Amino acid sequence: MRIELERRAAHSIFFSALSPFIALGLTLVAGIILFTAMGLNPATALYSFFIEPLTEVWSLHELVIKATPLVLIGVGLSICFSSGNWNIGAEGQLVMGAVAGSIMPIIFPQQSGLWVLPMMLIMAMAGGAGWAAIPAYLKNRFGANEILTSLMLVYVAQLFLDWLVRGHWRNPEGYNFPESRSFTDGQVLPEMLSSGPAHYGAVLALITVIVAWFMMAKTIKGFQVKVIGQAPRAGRFAGFSAKKMTLAVFLISGALAGLAGISEVSGAIQQLRPVISPGYGFTAIIVAFLGRLNPMGVLAAGLILALSYLGGEAAQISLGISDKVGRVFQGVLLFFVLASDTLIHYRIKFTRLTKHA
Amino acid sequence: MKPASILTMNNSKPIPMLEVQAITKKFGELVANDSVSLKVSKGEIHALLGENGAGKSTLVKMLYGSLQPDGGKIIWHGNAVEIKSPSQARSTGIGMVFQHFSLFDSLSVAENIALSLGKENDIRDIGEKARQVSEDYGLPLQPDTIIGDMSVGERQRVEIVRCLLQNPELIILDEPTSVLTPQEADNLFETLERLRAEGRSILYISHRLDEVQKMCDHATILRHGKVVGECTPADETASSLANLMVGEDVGDVTRSAKGADAGEVVLELNNVSQPAATPFAMELKGINLKVRAGEVVGVAGVAGNGQSEFFDVLSGETTSDNNSGVRFNGKDCGSLGITGRRILGGAFVAEERLGHSAVPDLSLSENLVLARHGSDADKFISMGAVGVINNKAVKSTTKRICEEMDVRKSGEDPDASALSGGNLQKFIMGRELDRDPSILIVNQPTWGVDAGAAQKIRQAVIDLTRSGSAVVVISQDLDEIMEISDRIAVMSDGNLSEPENADAITREEIGLKMGGLHDG
Repeated sequence: MRIELERRAAHSIFFSALSPFIALGLTLVAGIILFTAMGLNPATALYSFFIEPLTEVWSLHELVIKATPLVLIGVGLSICFSSGNWNIGAEGQLVMGAVAGSIMPIIFPQQSGLWVLPMMLIMAMAGGAGWAAIPAYLKNRFGANEILTSLMLVYVAQLFLDWLVRGHWRNPEGYNFPESRSFTDGQVLPEMLSSGPAHYGAVLALITVIVAWFMMAKTIKGFQVKVIGQAPRAGRFAGFSAKKMTLAVFLISGALAGLAGISEVSGAIQQLRPVISPGYGFTAIIVAFLGRLNPMGVLAAGLILALSYLGGEAAQISLGISDKVGRVFQGVLLFFVLASDTLIHYRIKFTRLTKHA
Repeated sequence: MKPASILTMNNSKPIPMLEVQAITKKFGELVANDSVSLKVSKGEIHALLGENGAGKSTLVKMLYGSLQPDGGKIIWHGNAVEIKSPSQARSTGIGMVFQHFSLFDSLSVAENIALSLGKENDIRDIGEKARQVSEDYGLPLQPDTIIGDMSVGERQRVEIVRCLLQNPELIILDEPTSVLTPQEADNLFETLERLRAEGRSILYISHRLDEVQKMCDHATILRHGKVVGECTPADETASSLANLMVGEDVGDVTRSAKGADAGEVVLELNNVSQPAATPFAMELKGINLKVRAGEVVGVAGVAGNGQSEFFDVLSGETTSDNNSGVRFNGKDCGSLGITGRRILGGAFVAEERLGHSAVPDLSLSENLVLARHGSDADKFISMGAVGVINNKAVKSTTKRICEEMDVRKSGEDPDASALSGGNLQKFIMGRELDRDPSILIVNQPTWGVDAGAAQKIRQAVIDLTRSGSAVVVISQDLDEIMEISDRIAVMSDGNLSEPENADAITREEIGLKMGGLHDG
C-alpha cells in the first residue's frame, strides 16, 4: 500500500477552517506521548499545562500580557506572509523598536508630558520599521533572500541592546546591574484593571487586529497583498508592484513588532534589560500560521500560544519539568499546522502498489 | 507470429526500427493524437512537422514513456512494447533531448550526467566518458564546467551527450534549434549526420522548413492531432510543406466587408526593441505596427518567437525608457505601466489564464477587481486613499458579465480555478469587453477552449472592432487568424512582418514566414 497526495481541483474551504483544529488535536496527542515517555500521568500533566493557568485571575492577567506582543507581531507577520514575503526577524525588530522607544525615558527622563508616551510608541514603531526596511531593501535591490537577512539581523539587534544596557544606557544609580533606569509614571503604559497588571498594550493589540482585518478583507491594499502572494505574475498584470509591496509589508510588520517591543518594555518590564523577550518574535510566526494568516485568527492563536508560555512556567513549578517543554509544544504545533495545511490543497489517497514488469 | 513470417518480411522489406500504429491520446474532450501512425527506419532522420498544438509533443511523450496512449500500438524492432516510464524508454534504446533543459545550474557537467545515469557509475569515469563522447561527436565540453556558466547552446550539448551516453538507437529531438544561434545549429547538424552514419535514427521535431528540407529523409506532418501527410522533404518545395503544415481549408468568415482603411491609427509601435530577459526569452527586434480603429490585426507565428515578449511590451508589463515607442490613442505610453495603459483605453487578455489573467484561488468577482481596479476606480473603489472595494458593484458587474458571455459555473461566485478553461476564458474576455476598450490586445484567445466557446469569443472580438475599437490578436492557430483578421502579420525570431490584407495573403505565404523564410 502506498499513500499519495492528490491535488484537489479547488481548495477545500472545509479543511481550510478545520486545519488549525486538526493541528491542535495532533499537538495534544504528541503531548500525551511526550508526558507518558517522561513517566508522568498525561492527564495531570496536560491539566497543569493548559487548564490550571486559566483558573486564576492573576494568571489570566499574565495570559493577556503575554498574548499582547504575540498578537501585535502576529498580525504584522500575517500580512507579510500573505504577500509571499518571509520576515523571520520580528524578534530583532521588537528589540530595535524597544530601544528606539526607550530613547525618551532613558535619555530625557525628566520629560513627563502627556505627549511622552505616544511619542515613545511612535518612535518604537519607527525603530522596528527601520530595522525591517533593511532586509526589504536588500531583497529589492540585490535579490538577497529575506529569510536569511531578517534572521541574521535579530542577533545584531540583540547584541546591540546588550551593549547598550551594559554600557551607555546602564542605570547610573543601578549598582552596576546591566539594566537601564526604571521608567516613571508618564513613560509607562498604565494598567487597565485594578485586579492585576494587564496594561493598555492589549487595547493597542485589539485595535491593530480590527484595522488589519478591515484592510485585508475590505480594501484594495489588502487585495494587493493577496494577489501578489498567490500569483505574482497576475499581480504584475493587475499593475501592482511586487517591490513596493515587499517594502510596505516589511515596514508594517516591523512597525508592529516595534510596537510590541515598547509595549512589553513600557508596560510589563518598565526598563530595558539585556533580554526583553522570551522569543515573542519567533513564536509569533507560529501565531500567524495557526491563525491562518487572518488577523481575527491571529487573535485566537495569540491567546493559545500565550498559554503555552504560561503552561511551561506552571509545569515547571507543579511538575518539576523544564519550561523548555513549552518550547517543544510550540515547535510541534507549528509542525502540525504546516502539515495540516496540505489537506487544503491535497487529498490523501491510498493506492495499492502495482508491481512493475 | 511464426518466425518464418518474420523472415520473409525481412527479406522483402526490412522491419522498421520503430513503428507507431494508430496511436490515440485524449485529454478530456480534446483528442491530442487521433490514430497517428508512422514508421522510422534504421539510420533515418525523420521529421515530425506541424504547428503548435498539432500533437507533436504528445506523440513523442508517449514514445518516451512520460504519457500513456489511450489506444494503438508502439512496435520496436518488430515487437509490440509498452513504454511505461522514461527510464524504460532509455533501457529500450530511446533517448530524448527536451526543448527546455533539465539541468541543475549549480552542478558541473559531469555531476549532472551522473545524476541521470544511476549509482553504478563512478563520477570520474563519467567525466572521462563524457569528454570522449563529446569529442567523438564534435560537441566540445569540459566535464567540470558549472552549468550556470554555460551558454544555451552548450547546455544543449550537455543534454545531447547525456542522451548519447545511454547509447540510444533512436534519439528524439524536440525543437533543438529553437534556442540556438545559426552557427550552433550548423554544428548540431554535423553531429546529427554522424549519428545517422552510425545507424542511429533520429526523430526530429521542428517547424523550420529549411532545416527539415536540408536534413531529413522523411517527414510526417501532423495537423490537429492527425497525420495529414507523409513525404520526402527533398522532393517537396518549401511552399508545399508549408501548405501541408497549415492546411488549405479556409474557415468561415464572419466579418463584414469593412476594411483596414476604416479609422484612425489608435495603436502604434515605433521601432520597439527589447533585449531578452532570460536565456529562453526572445529578443524583440525593431517592431513597427500601426493598428486602426475598427480592424483586427492578427499576429501569426509559432510559439516562442517573441509573442509573449510582444504582449508584455504592448500591455505595459514590460516598460521601457523609450516613451514614444508605444502610443495608445495618440499618447506616448512606452514608459507607462499596465494600469496607466488601461486608463488610456487599453484592455489585455494574456495567454496564461490561471496565474496571469486570473488568480486561481480568488473568486470571479475578485478577479474582476484584478484587472479593473484602476480603470474603473470610480465604480469599484470608494473612500479615496482608504480604498474600500465596493462589493455590491463588483458582484453585480460580475453577474452581468457572466450572463452576457454565457459563463457556466457552479455557484454564484466560484474561484477562477473551479471553472473550465473555456468558461474562464469567456469570463476574462467579458471582463475586458465590458469596459468597451478602444484597444484590445489578446494573446491566444481560444487556446485549449472548446469549439462553442471559441466561436463566442471570436464573434465578441469582431463585434468589438465593428463598434470602432482596434484589436490585436496573437495566435498560433492559423485558422483563427484567417477567420477574424482584417490584416495579418507574422512573428518570427523576434521580428514582426509588415501586416498584409487578409484577402491578399495566402496560407502558403504565412507558412513560409512562420518557418523563417521571407518572400519564398
